[in-house]
Amino acid sequence: MSRTILIDPVTRIEGHAKITIHLDDNGGVEDAFFHVTQFRGFEKLCEGRPFYEMPSLMARICGICPVSHLMASAKACDALLAVQIPEPAANLRRIMNLAQVVQSHALSFFHLASPDLLLGMDSDPTQRHIFGVAQNHPNLARDGIRLRQFGQQIIEWLGGKRIHPAWVVPGGVSEPLSAERRDQILATIPEARQIAIRTLDWFKTVMDDYREEIRTFANFPSLFMGLVNSEDNSLALYDGHIRIVDATGHIVADRLDPTDYPAYVEEAVEPWTYLKFPYYKPQGYPGGFYRVGPLARLNIIEKCGTPLADQEWAEFRSLERGAVLSSFHYHYARLIEILYGVERMEELLNTPDILSTHVRAYAQPNRSEGVGVSEAPRGTLMHHYRIDENGLIQTANLIIATGHNNMAMNRGVKQVARHFIHGEKIEEGMLNRVEAVIRTFDPCLSCSTHAMGKMPMDVQLIGPDGRVLDSVKRDA
Amino acid sequence: MNRGQVRIVTLKIDGKDVGARENETILEVARENGFDIPTLCHMEGLSDIGACRLCLVEVKGSNKLLTACVTTVQEGMEVTTHSPRLDSYRRMTVEMLFSERNHVCAVCVSNGHCDLQNLAVDVGLTHITVPYLYPKVSIDASHERFVLDHNRCVLCTRCVRVCDEIEGAHTWDLMGRGVKTRVITDLAEAWGDSESCTSCGKCVQVCPTGALFEKGKSVAEMTKRRTFLPYLTSMRNGDE
Repeated sequence: MSRTILIDPVTRIEGHAKITIHLDDNGGVEDAFFHVTQFRGFEKLCEGRPFYEMPSLMARICGICPVSHLMASAKACDALLAVQIPEPAANLRRIMNLAQVVQSHALSFFHLASPDLLLGMDSDPTQRHIFGVAQNHPNLARDGIRLRQFGQQIIEWLGGKRIHPAWVVPGGVSEPLSAERRDQILATIPEARQIAIRTLDWFKTVMDDYREEIRTFANFPSLFMGLVNSEDNSLALYDGHIRIVDATGHIVADRLDPTDYPAYVEEAVEPWTYLKFPYYKPQGYPGGFYRVGPLARLNIIEKCGTPLADQEWAEFRSLERGAVLSSFHYHYARLIEILYGVERMEELLNTPDILSTHVRAYAQPNRSEGVGVSEAPRGTLMHHYRIDENGLIQTANLIIATGHNNMAMNRGVKQVARHFIHGEKIEEGMLNRVEAVIRTFDPCLSCSTHAMGKMPMDVQLIGPDGRVLDSVKRDA
Repeated sequence: MNRGQVRIVTLKIDGKDVGARENETILEVARENGFDIPTLCHMEGLSDIGACRLCLVEVKGSNKLLTACVTTVQEGMEVTTHSPRLDSYRRMTVEMLFSERNHVCAVCVSNGHCDLQNLAVDVGLTHITVPYLYPKVSIDASHERFVLDHNRCVLCTRCVRVCDEIEGAHTWDLMGRGVKTRVITDLAEAWGDSESCTSCGKCVQVCPTGALFEKGKSVAEMTKRRTFLPYLTSMRNGDE
């Protein structure tokens, strides 16, 4: 007799989702689905608004990565103005974007994922959270909270507030950086760098304990997509060109113009989830699925571009001959990107014209269509607007990082379920691994469906007759 | 007017004896003497119309509440500017203004520089208890330099008055009744097509909210300059 397991809600992720696992007559896993159960409609509600409002409006999609949306949105608006923004403004945006990546990665790694890694996948779920970590590993918890504060504080110093700063505007930024603020930020860098190094060193020592998870956590061949620096193919989070590599690490497509994304990215829709499935057009659906985010970025670049992160990156890439395939290593990649972010911010703050007061380009809208693409912590983020002759938004299309990973997350859930779930009795630890594979992607479903709410999760065990045999449901 | 012939009257505001010229309004006298009465449609330099009802005061002997901006003082008047009843009416008035259209402060050009927002803080408004109407209203961005967003309009008619009384163009007016009332340019034509508009921008500067703003301003960037208005008014009046 077959049945379905329901995990609802999925916990310690951002947004609402559930997982259903279908079992066959012998109790083996037949299929598994990751359903995103929320819907938002930002693309619709911004219609008719002046495009100048878009960065702030779109930042409201998310309270965790508002800065990422600010970046992509402001870049799309720059494209509507058809201006090249002053370089100091671009660098200031880059710094804020890096601060965002650091704080978001810290949230993902320390607050959401570290309970699994520190307390164990099978540990008591009532203790398996950031407070459990704080109790048992106070230093690591403190590092995580400190690192988040570091990122958020820089965002506030630059933009006036930590969440949804209105400082990033079409044409640049609204205020230049003062020498005092710059020195303030620079003073916090050494501690953040120490934390990043310390955490990486620790992570590498425990990685061996998770061999089974590394082997089964969405560990399969796929394409990897992301931005790389147009000059030296190093890590690029704010701008660059799109590169796609395959599982062997070979470049499938390079120097793609990000604004031309409709030429190579298409979205498929499935009836059982609100989240669409983007894929690489030339390879079709579902074969052309790809992953984005920290793991993908470290797989496509030729170097990070900062000294310490480059060393770590080389070690990371030596894990496998081609691309690093296990999604478990999203965690590892995230830590390397934190280190890169801290180092890169310091470099940018020391550029000679960073205090320039010329930080904004003014223009009337000069184009009716604009695309902005940047790398959010979770991967490539695309904003695409079309305006009428008065500058009011006619249509908006957003492709969010988490959306790109949808197919990989679904396959990952299936892989983990097949490996860990057998028979009638479901252990909590098995289900936690099904959730943990989702956590490696650090999905932000609120962003990707442009929806509202936090993330509860649902796992269902369904028999072949469609009967729900077992379900585990959790509130947010 | 010839101030020399104006009589002086005495009255009480919140129990304090004050002197005033007989042609002054309660609002003017109260503000001269440091009493705080909230206003929205009132604007120094424009005529008063008593439309927003925020300056309602209690006057001893009158069953009705009177609008301080259009009620002239009288000898022996006893005015109360703040009472639990007045405070609750004012809060209710602001609440209804917020519920009538779509005021989304967080993404508004006037966030942090908005008269309506400041009023909400002043009257202690923390929640909206009446249902929002969520009307679907339009934006007129046809003007080269300015935008009209009906979502944020509170129908104070400052734009109508400044355009008529100071600029002398009378581009703005009202159309419709009650909750369907809208400010219009010329004969409800697109602002960009208006023949009478001189593009002086005074309407934008006096608008209390982000309903009228300069094109290209991002969120929270629209600060309004209003200091010019009393000078223009006194010039119009031929004052010294």
